Amino acid sequence: MDFLRILEQALGELIAPTTAAYALAAIGLNLHFGYTGLLNMGQAGFMLLGAYGFAISTIAGAPFFVALLVAIIAGALFALLLGIPTLKLRGDYLAIVTISAAEIIRMVGRSTVFNEQTGGSSGLTGNSFKETFLGLSPLPDGRSAIGPLEYLNNGSDSWWVRIVAWSVVLIAVLLVWLLTRSPWGRVLKGIREDEDAVRSLGKNVYAYKMQALILGGVAGSVAGVLFVLPRAVQPDSMGRSMTFFIWTILLLGGAATVWGPVIGSMIFFSVYMLLRAGMRSALPDAVSSAQIEQIGGMLVGITLMCLVIFRPQGIFGDKKELSFNVR
Amino acid sequence: MSDDTTTETTVDPVKLDLSHVEATPGSPKPTSILTVDNVRRRFGGMTAVDVDHLEVEAKAITALIGPNGAGKTTFFNLLTGFDVPDQGSWTFEGHSLGGKPAAKVARAGMVRTFQLTKALSRLTVMDNMRLAARNHPGENMFASLVPPLWRRREVEVTDKASEILERFNLLAKADDFAGSLSGGQRKLLEMARALMTDPTMIMLDEPMAGVNPALVQSLLGHIQALRDEGMTVLFVEHDMHAVRHVSDWVVVMAEGRIVAEGPPESVMNDQAVIDAYLGAHHDTDLGDDSLLDPAILARLEEEEKKR
Repeated sequence: MDFLRILEQALGELIAPTTAAYALAAIGLNLHFGYTGLLNMGQAGFMLLGAYGFAISTIAGAPFFVALLVAIIAGALFALLLGIPTLKLRGDYLAIVTISAAEIIRMVGRSTVFNEQTGGSSGLTGNSFKETFLGLSPLPDGRSAIGPLEYLNNGSDSWWVRIVAWSVVLIAVLLVWLLTRSPWGRVLKGIREDEDAVRSLGKNVYAYKMQALILGGVAGSVAGVLFVLPRAVQPDSMGRSMTFFIWTILLLGGAATVWGPVIGSMIFFSVYMLLRAGMRSALPDAVSSAQIEQIGGMLVGITLMCLVIFRPQGIFGDKKELSFNVR
Repeated sequence: MSDDTTTETTVDPVKLDLSHVEATPGSPKPTSILTVDNVRRRFGGMTAVDVDHLEVEAKAITALIGPNGAGKTTFFNLLTGFDVPDQGSWTFEGHSLGGKPAAKVARAGMVRTFQLTKALSRLTVMDNMRLAARNHPGENMFASLVPPLWRRREVEVTDKASEILERFNLLAKADDFAGSLSGGQRKLLEMARALMTDPTMIMLDEPMAGVNPALVQSLLGHIQALRDEGMTVLFVEHDMHAVRHVSDWVVVMAEGRIVAEGPPESVMNDQAVIDAYLGAHHDTDLGDDSLLDPAILARLEEEEKKR
């Protein structure tokens, strides 16, 4: 039995670019939900929009940083657009609006109307937008290994993608750490607890919620760029289930904690890999590989439910802090 | 206090001022800080608030009383920007506040508390206090990333918060989550937090509701202390004993209108107040045979309608 190979694969997931992309998206969602109490059910929409913004502008000839800026602006505008009508309403409305808006982005992306730009349902192939990013790599060509992990230095699934993706995640963690221990973060937490009380103390609650929505949304759109760097832009791979994965990661690590989303993402993907690879090698005849994917998805759903019921504070959360949330 | 030597001869200047005020609804006050005109709020067919004119004396404690459903809290919500009236205007320190959002009203110096306390549970008591401070550069998103820009103000705010918490006997709880406080302590915290904003007028919505009798005494003391520091207090309360004990002036609301106002000693004897609380015919014996006479019944019904 290739037990070692399964472990190796799970280990690889710990530092995979996809893990980093999800961690960053969860960091953004943490700003929304964990700190401000905004129910964003469409984080995948922010990611898809960022991915489109980056890929389409690169294909149109923009250099890497301009394309990245386009992705950031797309995420910020999307947040602004969603926030203007909904942030004055009760929290639940934002959830409904974000989940439908994310679906609209995906539907528009995969429709034939913008086939020229988005490639419709087949999306945009990686080679069409990856050159500028790979061109920035200072690494020499070849392969390198650290312990059992060996990847190409440059390329889609390379060390270069990993280094950049995790650097971005670390910068985001640092920013969130600075922001949430500041008086600005204190206002956000106050809004999460009771926005009328914060309003009665003279704070412009609407403006703070908007800032948080935009900041978290931008984190989502940059995460979308990280997500597509090792693959293609595929609208159907960035739908509702992606949003639920991000929620699971956030709640697993612990909402309103600085490291929760990062550790949550690492644990989520390595366990997910362990489960699927384990099932594949243990029951090769009983279930097909397509079924294994579906069983994996079901297990994620069950995990999310169990988390919310039995350990709502996640791995890092403070149980004491959560126990007052009985309203 | 510098005027210690004159205590025996001076009468409280606010009481003195108010002693000249006529005890009729909407009567003008010598130094009105809040002047309300023609404020109406309807919920469907029901008129919740219908106030023609009201002036609130500056630096005094004014109690707003009335039976359940009189519209006191709705009136509070309108004045503090938490609800929007169908019509009407009001000025606070000479500036119009009608239609201003709640945050602006608070920044103008009129700060409120809530009937159901809104302690920010998952923030510490100290953070609850710090959050209320004004002019904090660290509350700007970009400045918040550079602690040297706001650290000094944070220290000032923390010192001030400690001082106020000390006064409200909450300093020992400073690092506990506000959610762990008892109901009475939360009321105290809410009042202390409102003070962090340096208000000129503080609006307390039922500060004594659900508080044990021992704490009521201390809350009353705090309310009086606010007045002695030069703040104007307007509070909604059901506890008549507390109202009589602490207020300089009492305004009575019933069915959305102001039916009486006056000094606490006399207003409770006003016929309109007794009617409002007990009903105009509270002394009519329902077993009285004369009620069977349709003519008398019709007359009583007519009277009720007119009110």
